[in-house]
Amino acid sequence: MSEARGFYTLWLREIKRFYRDRTRLVTSFIQPLLWLVIFAAAFATRFALPANLTYRQVILPGIIGQTLLFTAMFMGINVIWDKEFGFMKEILVSPVSRFTIFMGKMVGDSTDALLQGIIVFVIGLALGIPISPITFFYALPIMLLITFGLVSIGLVIASFMGNLEGFGAIQTFVNLPLFFLSGALFPLKGGSLPSWLVDIAAWNPLTYGVDALRNVTLGAAWTPLQIQPLWIDIGVVALFDGIMIVVGTWAFTRMK
Amino acid sequence: MPHAIETKQLTKTYGSLKAVDSLDIAVEPGEIFGLLGPNGAGKTTFVSMLCTILKPTSGSATVNGFDIVREANKVRKSIGIVFQDPSIDDRLTGRENLFMHANLFGVPASEQKERINRILKLVELEDRADDLLRTYSGGMRRRLELGRGLIHYPKVLFLDEPTVGLDPQTRDHIWKYIKELKQTHDITVVLTTHYMDEADRLSDRIAIIDHGKMVILDTPQKLKDTLEGDVVAVRANNVNALAELVTKWLGFPKTKIVDGALEITVRNGKVVMPRIMELAAQNNIYVESIVLREPNLEDVFLHYTGRNIREDTGKELHGASAARRRAIK
Ligand SMILES: Nc1ncnc2c1ncn2[C@@H]1O[C@H](COP(=O)(O)OP(=O)(O)OP(=O)(O)O)[C@@H](O)[C@H]1O
Ligand SMILES: [Mg+2]
Repeated sequence: MSEARGFYTLWLREIKRFYRDRTRLVTSFIQPLLWLVIFAAAFATRFALPANLTYRQVILPGIIGQTLLFTAMFMGINVIWDKEFGFMKEILVSPVSRFTIFMGKMVGDSTDALLQGIIVFVIGLALGIPISPITFFYALPIMLLITFGLVSIGLVIASFMGNLEGFGAIQTFVNLPLFFLSGALFPLKGGSLPSWLVDIAAWNPLTYGVDALRNVTLGAAWTPLQIQPLWIDIGVVALFDGIMIVVGTWAFTRMK
Repeated sequence: MPHAIETKQLTKTYGSLKAVDSLDIAVEPGEIFGLLGPNGAGKTTFVSMLCTILKPTSGSATVNGFDIVREANKVRKSIGIVFQDPSIDDRLTGRENLFMHANLFGVPASEQKERINRILKLVELEDRADDLLRTYSGGMRRRLELGRGLIHYPKVLFLDEPTVGLDPQTRDHIWKYIKELKQTHDITVVLTTHYMDEADRLSDRIAIIDHGKMVILDTPQKLKDTLEGDVVAVRANNVNALAELVTKWLGFPKTKIVDGALEITVRNGKVVMPRIMELAAQNNIYVESIVLREPNLEDVFLHYTGRNIREDTGKELHGASAARRRAIK
């Protein structure tokens, strides 16, 4: 019972802080818009696609994945702030279990990231990208599942960092590789990519997340290009989440 | 009865520095235990280990009978702490911070509202409760933190310099409340402080620590008694010269200059006072005033650590000397 309330209060805190940071919400519209409009227009003809798919359809789930990734990793910064401003001590000295502390933060941050993902989905629909709106409801749980693992990465890294200085390096060493190697911007199957790139992408959990999103939003049209069937995609992402939750709890246990 | 806190050779080292050096301290249940020490003495390090934030380098300790390393979870269930350094979320309102604390520390939902209102009243923040913390002044933040630490009724409460930066009136309220809490809820309190009056008024026993080691441990009264004597405080136009003369001709080595006054610790002050006057007159030193007082904790502190607790802390001074200091700045 007290664990449940601990979880709830930590979750709520992340939501409130996010909601109050208006600038972040506003700027979150801009980036996906640029990708979906400018990048999609410029590269529309670069990738060979079946006749029943447009590049914008393919890139939308990719940009959703990218938004989830970047937002999720950015959440790690909150942990560093909390350490710097001392609030982490208040949490760590409380009788709530480390597992609950990690989960409260992680699910709270994931909820925030999910919100950003939803915004991108809606932007896509508003831009007239032909995707059935009903698939939104299938995509939602998958987006959340993707976010759990990604947020966990950010939290784990942040729990090891003493200050904000190193955090920029995450952008370079974690975000961008995960992004570019996930097939978010192009289909991994279908020929034209070098095989080493495809091989590396197979080790990237985000690859399966983006693939799952395409499986549900594009349906049969995506089947020829899919990495794995939907249930395997989901299985891989869920397994990754599970591992990251264990690692995250351990990281929070040793955090000072 | 088992001790509320018991440490055995508790030690924390940072590189070659022994921040806490083999401390053996036993705190009785229900007492207010004061920790006095100059900056860097190791008070915060000591308290941090006891509330499981820091791992000891060696030695062991129990809080409420639970081992601070092996049973950290159980320790956390029975303690509360007000940290020396800020530890609030300034993106939340005062009330939100308090509710969060109540939830984290398992205050029953049915009691939360009432307790939080009571606390807000105590720290006089009712009218600012729903403002974001970042709009609070430093003293208001401190008050909120202090109040927060008093929301749940832990078995052992750690207060690390709780009233730094608060006005005297608020400190007075807080002291009363702490004493009341102790009585009504049977709480053991460990208090670190730089304020002698705070230590004196609140503590049942005081430990003076310096360089990570305990120098002495006793009740405030006994500590003052150990100095066995009076303090004669002289204000004069040339206190330094007078200090030398007093040491040289009257043979009182325990002299010091505090805020421009010469203070001499002696067995029998009444007998000594005329001699000092005489000595001053012979050497053309003009004495403005001379007073006799009982030794206070400040004197005790100086006696045992060889330092004046205020001299490097930058904490505020009171009365005329404070005004003078301010004028100089
Ligand atoms: N993280 C750290 N790394 C290295 N040295 C540290 C660290 N924390 C504390 N110290 C050192 O340990 C000693 C004790 O510090 P501590 O904070 O416990 O003192 P304190 O008695 O609380 O002092 P104050 O009255 O100023 O709060 C100091 O010399 C300090 O420099
Ligand atoms: Mg301290």
